[in-house]
Amino acid sequence: MSTIVYISSNNGLGKSAFEAVTYAKKMGEDVIAVTVGNADSNVLAELGQYGATKVLVDRNANSDDDQQITKVIASAVSSTSANKVVFSHDLIAKAVAPRLSVRLKAGLVAGAISLPSTDGGFSCKVNVFSGKAFGNVTVKTENKIISLLPNSIQPEITGANCSVEDFNGNAGDSKVKVLSTKKPEGEISLPEAELVVSAGRGLKGPENWGMIEDLAKELGAATACSRPVADIGWRPHHEHVGQTGVAIRPNLYIAVGISGAIQHLAGVNGSKVIVAINTDAEAPFFKAADYGVIGDAFDVVPKLVEAVKKFNASNN
Amino acid sequence: MKILVCISKAPDTTSKIAFTENNTKFDENGVQYIVNPYDEWYALVRALEIKETIGGNVTIITVGNTADEAIIRKALAIGADDAVRIDAEPNDAYFTASQIAKYAKENSFDIVLTGKETINYNGSQVGGMIAEELDLPFISLATKLDLNGTTATLEREIVGGVQVVEVSTPFVASCAKGMAEQRIPNMRGIMAARTKPLTVIPVSSNEEFTSYTSYTMPDAKSACKMINPENMDELVALLHNEAKVI
Repeated sequence: MSTIVYISSNNGLGKSAFEAVTYAKKMGEDVIAVTVGNADSNVLAELGQYGATKVLVDRNANSDDDQQITKVIASAVSSTSANKVVFSHDLIAKAVAPRLSVRLKAGLVAGAISLPSTDGGFSCKVNVFSGKAFGNVTVKTENKIISLLPNSIQPEITGANCSVEDFNGNAGDSKVKVLSTKKPEGEISLPEAELVVSAGRGLKGPENWGMIEDLAKELGAATACSRPVADIGWRPHHEHVGQTGVAIRPNLYIAVGISGAIQHLAGVNGSKVIVAINTDAEAPFFKAADYGVIGDAFDVVPKLVEAVKKFNASNN
Repeated sequence: MKILVCISKAPDTTSKIAFTENNTKFDENGVQYIVNPYDEWYALVRALEIKETIGGNVTIITVGNTADEAIIRKALAIGADDAVRIDAEPNDAYFTASQIAKYAKENSFDIVLTGKETINYNGSQVGGMIAEELDLPFISLATKLDLNGTTATLEREIVGGVQVVEVSTPFVASCAKGMAEQRIPNMRGIMAARTKPLTVIPVSSNEEFTSYTSYTMPDAKSACKMINPENMDELVALLHNEAKVI
């Protein structure tokens, strides 16, 4: 038996792609990566380093069309007699994995955070109740689909580049027409980021974000914000983390001037380490944080930037 | 325009999360159920706005038991025209989606909307499964939906940006923040909701793909370590040596 890993490759390969292949490899069967679109074969071959034995690429399917991608993966499953499919739990996976679940009659674990356990059935751990608890999902079907939450496993290089083969997955016609895609260049993608610096209304205005960006730059972190800040337009919506925004689980989350309302915490409580910086000693974030600094962001953040600079200099 | 809006119950966001029966069941004791916010604020309200602009009918559907009629009446009070309850406990995404898909197939809708996920199971699965069952395009996590005849333009948030796509009706979309603003039902709506049609239909199949076999609570957080705001070198040292995250 083999395991198929679907890779979103239209913006090159991100860390989440390597995580998904590493995860599939650890499940112990032959790993075949599948992708659609026009990614460079030399880039795709790198998936071999993480455990893929080959990459199948359908260059005729539209990488934004969930129906086409579903058909391509289903064709790959039948031509390789795979019985498991792994995704990284990104926006494409959220559309494609449920479709594939119906098509293959395969139970789906959406947002797995652990490798499957096969003790008394096949099960995986997931976040439930917006990160307030964990659930164990048992898959009862013969075929299985796992959509892996980013930052749940460290990518591991175990081999060399693999072959990349053209594949015709009979994707059919596309029913979705992409009119435009706006994507800023060069920023660290928030769901994949290991370090995140986030700020809220405590910063008093968008003109004060310079120090947050400085801190993020020194740490090599992504920037994020709270909901009110995105709602009043100080920061773009895609930076909004929380219940209604993006849910993230970086290694380090630094929250500056964010009180820590339950809806905000629901989006960040999977973070390994949380630092809260707030003037209000009663801010709820201090109950969820590992390290706290009671102080004015305008004093504390520049000092933290200097401290990180000093740390970086002594470590180079 | 015939629009079907899928709603689910969810525990109020302030509910205490606990489990019973040896951590195999959610403890419903004292839990207040609400309409899942993504279903109500974004999917339902946008459906009503479309109806108010171009005319049509908004049907809500849920898979649930008699107790869930409270959330159905709430959705009717906000403005849905009629409701369908499929009489079963929704324990699995495929089970839920296949019931709704069967009803949707038999009653041909132009648009099927869901919320982006429920706030209790966060699976984001049901919309995509319905779309596959109906062989329709699925626009996930849409933040904007405009119609021009049978052509729909939708925006969806992609990692670090926004994508605009066009599809023809019929289609399925899951709705995220930005789609619409929450509406509070008024007294007239609440009164009218009592007499709006609610059809209860039996389950069509019992096939389930997955089940939640157990739950665990996260380890209790140790107390937050407070750092002197004058001493950021200490914070950096702790993040490096103790937390090992930088």
